[in-house]
Amino acid sequence: MMEILANAPVEPVGTVTYAPADGLLGSVWLLVAIPLVSAAILLLLGRRADRWGHWLGVASIGVAFVLGLTYFLQLRGLENRSVELSLWEFIAVGDLRVDFGLLFDPLAAVFVLLITGVGFLIHLYAVEYMAHDAGRRRFFGYFNLFVAAMLLLVLGNNYVMLYFGWEGVGLASYLLISFWYERPSAATAGKKAFLMNRVGDAGLAIGIFIMFATLGTTQYDEVFSGVGALTSTTVLLLGLLLLLGATGKSGQFPLQAWLPDAMEGPTPVSALIHAATMVTAGVYLIARSNPIFSANSTLQLVVVSVGALTLLIGCVIGAAKDDIKRVLAWSTVSQIGYMFLGVGLGGAAYALAIVHLLAHGFFKANMFLGAGSVMHGMKDQVDIRRFGGLSKYMKITWLTFMTGWLAIIGLPPFSGFFSKEPIIVAAFEREGWTAWLFGTAALLGAGLTAFYMTRLFVLTFHGPARWTEDIDHPHESPKLMTIPLVLLAVGSVAAGALMAGPVPSWLEATAGLGGQTEAHEAVLSHLAITILSILVTVVGAGLAWFLFRAGTATEPQPAGVLVTAARKNLYTDAVNEAVFEKPGIFLTRALVYLDNRGIDGLVNGLAAGVGGGSGRLRRLQTGFVRSYATSILAGALLVVAAFLAVEAGWLA
Amino acid sequence: MTELKLPSIDYAALAPTLIMLGAALVGVLVEAFVPRRLRHVVQLSVALLAVLAALTMVVLNADDRLITIGGAIAVDGPALFLQGAILVLAAMALLLIGERTVERGGAFVAQAAVTAESADDRRQAEGANGLTEVYPLTTFAIGGMLIFVAANDLLTMFIALEVFSLPLYLLCALARRRRLLSQEAALKYFMLGAYASAFFLFGVALVYGFTAGIPDRPAGVDFATVHAAVTDSPASPVLLFAGMALLAIGLLFKAAAAPFHVWTPDVYQGAPTPVTGFMAACTKVAAFGALLRVFHVAFEGARWDFTPVLGVVAVLTMLVGAVLAVTQTDIKRLLAYSSIANAGYLLVGVLAPNSEGVSGTMFYLVAYGFSVLAAFAVVTLVRDADGEATHLSRWAGLGRRSPFYAALFTFILLAFAGIPLTSGFTSKFAVFGPALDGGQAWLVIAGVLTSMVLAFPYLRVVVMMWLSEPGESTPTVTVPGGLTSAALMIGVIATLVLGVAPAPLLDLATGAAEFVR
Repeated sequence: MMEILANAPVEPVGTVTYAPADGLLGSVWLLVAIPLVSAAILLLLGRRADRWGHWLGVASIGVAFVLGLTYFLQLRGLENRSVELSLWEFIAVGDLRVDFGLLFDPLAAVFVLLITGVGFLIHLYAVEYMAHDAGRRRFFGYFNLFVAAMLLLVLGNNYVMLYFGWEGVGLASYLLISFWYERPSAATAGKKAFLMNRVGDAGLAIGIFIMFATLGTTQYDEVFSGVGALTSTTVLLLGLLLLLGATGKSGQFPLQAWLPDAMEGPTPVSALIHAATMVTAGVYLIARSNPIFSANSTLQLVVVSVGALTLLIGCVIGAAKDDIKRVLAWSTVSQIGYMFLGVGLGGAAYALAIVHLLAHGFFKANMFLGAGSVMHGMKDQVDIRRFGGLSKYMKITWLTFMTGWLAIIGLPPFSGFFSKEPIIVAAFEREGWTAWLFGTAALLGAGLTAFYMTRLFVLTFHGPARWTEDIDHPHESPKLMTIPLVLLAVGSVAAGALMAGPVPSWLEATAGLGGQTEAHEAVLSHLAITILSILVTVVGAGLAWFLFRAGTATEPQPAGVLVTAARKNLYTDAVNEAVFEKPGIFLTRALVYLDNRGIDGLVNGLAAGVGGGSGRLRRLQTGFVRSYATSILAGALLVVAAFLAVEAGWLA
Repeated sequence: MTELKLPSIDYAALAPTLIMLGAALVGVLVEAFVPRRLRHVVQLSVALLAVLAALTMVVLNADDRLITIGGAIAVDGPALFLQGAILVLAAMALLLIGERTVERGGAFVAQAAVTAESADDRRQAEGANGLTEVYPLTTFAIGGMLIFVAANDLLTMFIALEVFSLPLYLLCALARRRRLLSQEAALKYFMLGAYASAFFLFGVALVYGFTAGIPDRPAGVDFATVHAAVTDSPASPVLLFAGMALLAIGLLFKAAAAPFHVWTPDVYQGAPTPVTGFMAACTKVAAFGALLRVFHVAFEGARWDFTPVLGVVAVLTMLVGAVLAVTQTDIKRLLAYSSIANAGYLLVGVLAPNSEGVSGTMFYLVAYGFSVLAAFAVVTLVRDADGEATHLSRWAGLGRRSPFYAALFTFILLAFAGIPLTSGFTSKFAVFGPALDGGQAWLVIAGVLTSMVLAFPYLRVVVMMWLSEPGESTPTVTVPGGLTSAALMIGVIATLVLGVAPAPLLDLATGAAEFVR
């Protein structure tokens, strides 16, 4: 145990240099600018753009994808596959210099392709999905904004730029999750997402400031080159703060609670948040900062633990939920847990995590959009106990969803097998008992995933129909929704096998991701692990098929301790309430009590006063000059006393 | 009898102040001699021209680094930068004050002496032309602020404090509508202001006592003497610390730092909105200019003693501002608490023990001033038959009614929330960076955490404006006249430009960050 916790620095990365971007790559800023301009047009033109606005939104992402592909091909021909483009010097105070610059390297390139590629398909799908919503143009405006912010996040060449995108993503997600503001649950979910993200953002912001204080820069190349010179405590602190930021955005323990609630937004939003953007930001942050995380083994241990714990939490809760979108949401939490596990393992596993992220982008988008298609045909019903037998009515949705299901549970030859199984193998490639701990967790997660995803699939598409009375004939969704589904299904089948080989070698050119030392010998042979993982998957899936093939009760059933706990999100909400909410409320009350005009504010609120004459407002104004003067006097006494105390200490 | 030696006076260096005070006197004469119907135009032109002339003189003096008029005034980098900032922001505030098309007759009462709620009051509220005395009052206040940020001894600083405070007390009482609220605000501000001034003056006396007895130097309250005394004085340090504490209290009151912030929400709410904007922007600049000078010039030697105490004040200020902003239901009170929280962030810059702290604070003051004036400009536009509709519930659905102004206001709120690519982000960066460099990590952490909390009330307003249906009581946004539009657009554009390309102003501030002693 001691040698694990010793902050033994693993070898530093060495010097990192980026080449200047020229030629075609000099216009890489267009990737961010195009969706941003489109968003601005959609939001500023107002109703005038109602008729064609959504197509502008789709086209802008399509163009960005084509551009991204061009840049990607361009990058392949270069010697130094990391090019940066400094647009202008953004902040320069004293020694602090922040560049407004972009970095296009292999890591950024694959993220750009994922965001714009999957994002484009989701946009296309949303055209039809949101067709009956009066706010469709506005929706596409926020959607474009979201993509632009995410692209900025992955394209920045320093941490401040990353923070820009980070904030932008948070803001856009807040607007999108509360898009259906007339539902109180949506508004609450938006707030929850916002607040939990703020906790993470605060960690990231403080982490960036620490970089400034210790390294004097936030440019990636300078930070990574300088990280070797830092003390291990600083690296640990820095890494933990970055990790806090990452857990906030990616819905990892302890900040996972917002992600499933974010289902209150329209389904394409869920798909975009869960598959292509937002939640992947945390993984990106850690992968990008790999020289920091690789520099401290304690830090890596924390990341691995967060990943392993979260993947199990996600599986357990996912198995107990009855809302189709919530099951998928918890499965995202759990799959991102696998990615954290991967990036935490370090070394070659970074690339494995990215491969899993890309594969997940396809099959998760596929399943979310499939869920949306089911809801579309079932009058917005989300309860899987009220589905059943839909395979006969929604052929395309059924088949595409099936590819997603097979991909996520990781049966060969579907993509999940090629992306998840190597992570499980990597988890076993550690020293001592931690190999068994994390390896078993990953293996157990695979079995549980197979169980709850099969439960979801069987209850939705097979077994007897348990529909509510108002549905007599579910219908398949229109073409515009099924075409993206089919394309994503192709991705779910093929992406893993296609990417498992080339992507890791492509990513090697990213700072810190290349030339990794060999990992430890695995405690089990590769073949044994592969067989085991297929075995637990088949057992999990078979068990679920056996239990749910004949449908399930349409009402909640009494359940044991574990299932009850899982239904209540393993009591994490209660913990959050006790740890964050209660003290926050108490602090506010205390301050309001001390600050008597705050009470006035509350009185105003209770009165729900709508304007009115001055007399009315006058009565509500309860602040007395004498109480103000008293509070100033008390403050003055305290300040004078404090100064004198300092003085007394100075004398002593 | 020794010959009386007159101090040498550099009139060119003093020109900005002299121009403003002269313009105020001209304004008084205009009130006496110019026919009533012309006064508004003449007064506004005099005030704006004076601001323009004073600004020109500041620019011409840009390279001055000197102490003049017998050591009373220091014309150095920070003084000139802050004077320029005050003048630019005051010009915007004057545009808001001079607006007469949004509300017939302007935002000010026609006769200050008319009994509130009487028939006469109701008649004047219907559209009689507002008082034009507001212009000389405003120019007097601007003149006082210009002296305040350049004062090189504590007595001059005190006089300047009174010169700019007294007109402000009066201005607060002159709202056209909700007269009682406005008068009450003015009275509160006046009484508490006088109270705080007493603290300041008592502090001056104690510090004077402390400076007695240093070798080769007479006692005095000029900053050079105080600075020398901090290291050399044989007097009891109790005098120094008590005096420093009392001086700080007087200044923190004007800066609206907790626990001396109590007047702020009432006064911001009661005062006529253009005056609130003027106070939020220009008084803030003046108060922090003085704080910078007092703590970086006079008491620099005691830095390690005052930093922890003022640091606690800063954290408390951020906390009070951020947390109580969450419970507010009136937009003007919300902006008041936000202004309190911003005072906390500015204090972080003041406490950074380096010249980057000074330049960061100055940058923050300018950036915040532009945004807050633009915010209050929007507040003046959202009205119903009873005047401004400031209750937040009335702002629900404003995005549907007037997307353009709601979008501008959203942008300003995002800037307050510190979202990147607005000046709110760059300015926080500019004060937090130096503070961290100077080893004040705890202040930065408190700042980051509270600004996360503070983002919530702002975004709540954004969501309310855009994601709610307009109700029966949602007021319309009045089409602004040219003056308000100009002020609003200047504020919004400055917020954007300082957020995207802050480098030129930061360079200017960095170049102007050295005090003369």
